[in-house]
Amino acid sequence: MSSITTRDATPRGFPLSAYMTCLTGIVWREGLRFLHQRERFVSALVRPLVWLFIFAAGFRQVLGISIIPPYETYILYEVYIAPGLMAMIQLFNGMQSSLSMVYDREMGNMRTLLVSPLPRWFLLFCKLLAGTAVSLLQVYAFLVIAWAWDITPPPLGYLTVLPALVLSGLMLGSLGMLISSGIKQLENFAGVMNFVIFPMFFASSALYPLWRVQEGSPYLYYVCQANPFTHAVELIRFALYGQINWISLAVVATCTIVFMIGAIYAYDPSRGLGRRGPAGGEG
Amino acid sequence: MTTPAPIAASTESAPRLEAAAVPALSIDGISHAYGPRRALIDVSFTVQPASFTALLGLNGAGKSTLFSLITRLFGIQTGYVGIFGHDISQNPGEALRLLGVVFQPRTLDLDLSLTQNLLYHAALHGISRREAAARSAELLGRIGLADRAGNKVRDLSGGQMRRLEIARALLHRPRLLLLDEPTVGLDVKARADIISHVRQLVTEQGIGVLWATHLFDEITASDDLVVLHQGKVLAKGPVGRVIAEAGAQDVNSAFMRLTGAQTMPGGGA
Repeated sequence: MSSITTRDATPRGFPLSAYMTCLTGIVWREGLRFLHQRERFVSALVRPLVWLFIFAAGFRQVLGISIIPPYETYILYEVYIAPGLMAMIQLFNGMQSSLSMVYDREMGNMRTLLVSPLPRWFLLFCKLLAGTAVSLLQVYAFLVIAWAWDITPPPLGYLTVLPALVLSGLMLGSLGMLISSGIKQLENFAGVMNFVIFPMFFASSALYPLWRVQEGSPYLYYVCQANPFTHAVELIRFALYGQINWISLAVVATCTIVFMIGAIYAYDPSRGLGRRGPAGGEG
Repeated sequence: MTTPAPIAASTESAPRLEAAAVPALSIDGISHAYGPRRALIDVSFTVQPASFTALLGLNGAGKSTLFSLITRLFGIQTGYVGIFGHDISQNPGEALRLLGVVFQPRTLDLDLSLTQNLLYHAALHGISRREAAARSAELLGRIGLADRAGNKVRDLSGGQMRRLEIARALLHRPRLLLLDEPTVGLDVKARADIISHVRQLVTEQGIGVLWATHLFDEITASDDLVVLHQGKVLAKGPVGRVIAEAGAQDVNSAFMRLTGAQTMPGGGA
């Protein structure tokens, strides 16, 4: 090596306040972008409401729900699927933010994020938190409308469900991020919808209790049990009634960590991005 | 496209700051491959502080790959990239905080205002909100867009967007500025404005600039030049010396001789 490679390595690092500034900046920007995309907010709300108003009304008479925890009385079908729809909002939001990451990567916006001098794992974590914060806005807006539709969990439930929503939002967001790292082009995203969102949603306890699934098909029951989305739904369902489903909590926490490490690994420059070819711009 | 102004071989290069011990940018033995395709082959050169270095190459020469390596979007496969002596692989935080980048594709949030775009960038660098607001106002004033601060970026012209991107790249006060074909798609007036603005940064603030281009007329006699072709550095040094060593009259013909190219459309290579 010649003299030009003189290396003076005296890292100054960043104070904690810089990390906080960065985090608030990323969340603030996601929030602004979300507010500017009103149609995204509307469609994020309309989707679960269609399920609630139409699907649930139609199925009310078909599906009888027995008394199962955390419910203490017989409940209407609408009440049963509400937590599943909350998780669905987060599932779509997680996949949509990963879609926007693919879009940002194609369009170059991702570069402004990744050339920040703060550690990359932290930037990606901020991005996940920002996406989760946006999903919380959507979920609580849904809960307000659902309340008017007589889905009235205990008042304290609105508070106790918050940590569950944060965790499930992080899990689904990091899953989306992991998937986005493997998508080369925007067009491939329709496949993600078909192969990730729909199977995860239908093979879960979102629309029907698992004991009913077990009656129909024991194999599908095991698939549903192994589906992390089932546990996100159950975690939210119990938390909404002030209870903790420990198994679901453990599964969701573990999956969050695994997906997050996977996503950070995939976005590591020495492994992921550079292998595939120049992103945006030629040469 | 305007006719390129030929640069005479005899012109002496301007005095350079030779005292600086650590180059703003050191590229040493960089090779990069996408699978079997080799995009860069043993690329080495330096950019000094307070100097304007033009990275001249055709589309596909490897300029954007090189930029992706310097900005750590890609991991380095072989070689070394240092920014003021900080190894981009070993110490990316220190290296990136001294670096400002203007990428070739536009990377602004079109639906956010000018100020919001700048504040977001400042946050990514951990600059406090108050400080960021002050710097944003100052920089917007300097690029003549102070009265547009609250407008959406979408309403700006192409040249204004580029000026905003340059202002954004300077927000965290870097000492090295990379620009990847920043004048692509701009009209003659906007091009000239951008170029003179960046040259001003070099002379007045001592920033080291690496300017990737395929347009000969953006290069002046006082610049440093790196000619990149098919992933290899064919020539580097002060413009006058590169031209003389190629036995040519100007950058245009020097490039043609070096690359063996036959035809040269317009002002571009």
